Amino acid sequence: MRLIIPLAITFTAGIVMILNFFIPHQPFRFLGENLQEWYMIVASGAIFLGVMNLMHVHTRKIRLKLKNWKYSPVTIIGFLVMFVTGLIYGVTENLPFDYLFMNMVAPMGATMFSLLAFFVASAAFRAFRASNWRATLLLTSAFLVMLGQVPIGAMLWDKIPLAKVWLMSIPNVAGQRAVMIGAAMGVVSTSLRMIFGIERSWLGGAD
Amino acid sequence: MNNLSALMIFLLLFAAGSALAEDPPQSVVTEAAEELEVCSAVHLEASDTPEDAGGSVSLYWQMEIDGFEPDSLGVMRSDPSGGEELIVTLPFGTVMYTDQSADNGTEYDYWVVSYSGGTVGTSSNRAEAVPSAQWIYKGRIGMLIILFLMAAVIIYYIESGKKGRKLFIREIAGLAAVDDAVGRATEMGKPVLYIPGIMDMDDIQTIASIVILGRVARKTAEYGSSLLVPTSRSVVMSVAQEVVKEAYIQVGRPDAYNKENIQYLTDDQFGYAAGVDGIMVREKPAAIFLLGTFYAESLILAETGRSVGAIQIAGTAMPSQIPFFVAACDYTLIGEELFAASAYLSREPKLLGSLKGQDAAKLFFMILIVIGVVSATIGDFWSPLKSVAEFLRKLVTVN
Repeated sequence: MRLIIPLAITFTAGIVMILNFFIPHQPFRFLGENLQEWYMIVASGAIFLGVMNLMHVHTRKIRLKLKNWKYSPVTIIGFLVMFVTGLIYGVTENLPFDYLFMNMVAPMGATMFSLLAFFVASAAFRAFRASNWRATLLLTSAFLVMLGQVPIGAMLWDKIPLAKVWLMSIPNVAGQRAVMIGAAMGVVSTSLRMIFGIERSWLGGAD
Repeated sequence: MNNLSALMIFLLLFAAGSALAEDPPQSVVTEAAEELEVCSAVHLEASDTPEDAGGSVSLYWQMEIDGFEPDSLGVMRSDPSGGEELIVTLPFGTVMYTDQSADNGTEYDYWVVSYSGGTVGTSSNRAEAVPSAQWIYKGRIGMLIILFLMAAVIIYYIESGKKGRKLFIREIAGLAAVDDAVGRATEMGKPVLYIPGIMDMDDIQTIASIVILGRVARKTAEYGSSLLVPTSRSVVMSVAQEVVKEAYIQVGRPDAYNKENIQYLTDDQFGYAAGVDGIMVREKPAAIFLLGTFYAESLILAETGRSVGAIQIAGTAMPSQIPFFVAACDYTLIGEELFAASAYLSREPKLLGSLKGQDAAKLFFMILIVIGVVSATIGDFWSPLKSVAEFLRKLVTVN
């Protein structure tokens, strides 16, 4: 029963969602829409699990003075300040919660995002080293694309922006579509494996 | 005397001005209104809403250009019993409405009236419609055929696998390195870090990632190394905890399972990236798995992982993130390889059969694409091939 019940639920839910995609008639539409709503309800409930886990992990770290426990009070205080402020004042604009979000959370997120520029530079430096003919090809095309993006490219030779457009819209799009088509095949295959109970490792590898 | 004259002249001018400022006679206003009436809706069309569960009629109309703008529009409906009702009042400017309150199989008469100054003005022509439910999305029949074909091919190869037919699967370097990565972490006494992407459990890449997590967890349980799984969604955390726990039980090491190692960080994209970066820098894992859906945080995570000297195996079906992983990680699973990972790692004939079926379906589509490209190209000069290209386009277009 421990195996059959989850497999039966997966099979039923999967088949209902497939039928809902192809058949607009009731009861499939009703069932499909309701299953999606159920997921939202389950996900909302699971937020409490996430919060409980966060608090449990960090209070345990503090209590047992585990490695790097000094970071945990920062997490707990940050969480509690945002939670209590939102609870007391609400989360609408121009209120303390919004102020904290706009002046602390948003700038910290932007800071992390801005680090991407440096990471791109270091990764590009490694990737663009002309160690073999494929890396040289990558380096050449990247150089052309970058040159085509800036005015000096057109000043040097008016065909460089056209080369950039060709590289971006023909080989690049072809490669991306190949990945997307392959991934779509994988999605269908994985879904069928799970719906028909062929793939069971999500049950812990139970056979 | 002069003052008196001035006062008289002022009074005369005031009287004349007042007379000029008076409202025009009522007859003049009526004539003007008769010339410019409230504009009404015209060319009203009513039809059953296509490809729906029924009970719905779509209405489209246009507005007359000449005339006063009405305050609002009322959509009226009458049924065969003769009962008339106002079903909705809409602001002026609306040119379409979908009536969701109709009964299937009943013939309804619709018309639109213009309201102005609280009174009913002119009305549009009448249009009839009978709502009905459809049993299939016509624009998705091609996709249904393709799905059946794919399912048939996959089932054929699964059956072949079950019968013991040897199935050749090309080696995927990233997956072949999973054992090495976990083994390396065990030898170094450092943890394995598994990042299942930043999306929720309704994303197929996250599902595929969780399936692989089960396989990786079995290996860490066998080798006795520590497995850390920070998640950005609480549902993913709950599922990951169960999957890892089950894997440890399967291997016979339930004592080695540590629930605290699978923790929820935050739903925020860059908050999560910062949290995982922190774990990388503090814990210095020897092996890092980045498998699932990633966006802009992909390179932030991969570069930090590289900086701590970990062997990194990444995989995603996001075409825009694959180059970042290729540049920063030791092995990258590209697109479909992410979905093939579980079958590849398990080496079970049934799962390998499904993988072979997936490859056969891909070959079928490659042939279809080549035929489509050739037909569309030569079709400009030879019309029979143009119709082949049109047929293929219709087959693969989903509406």
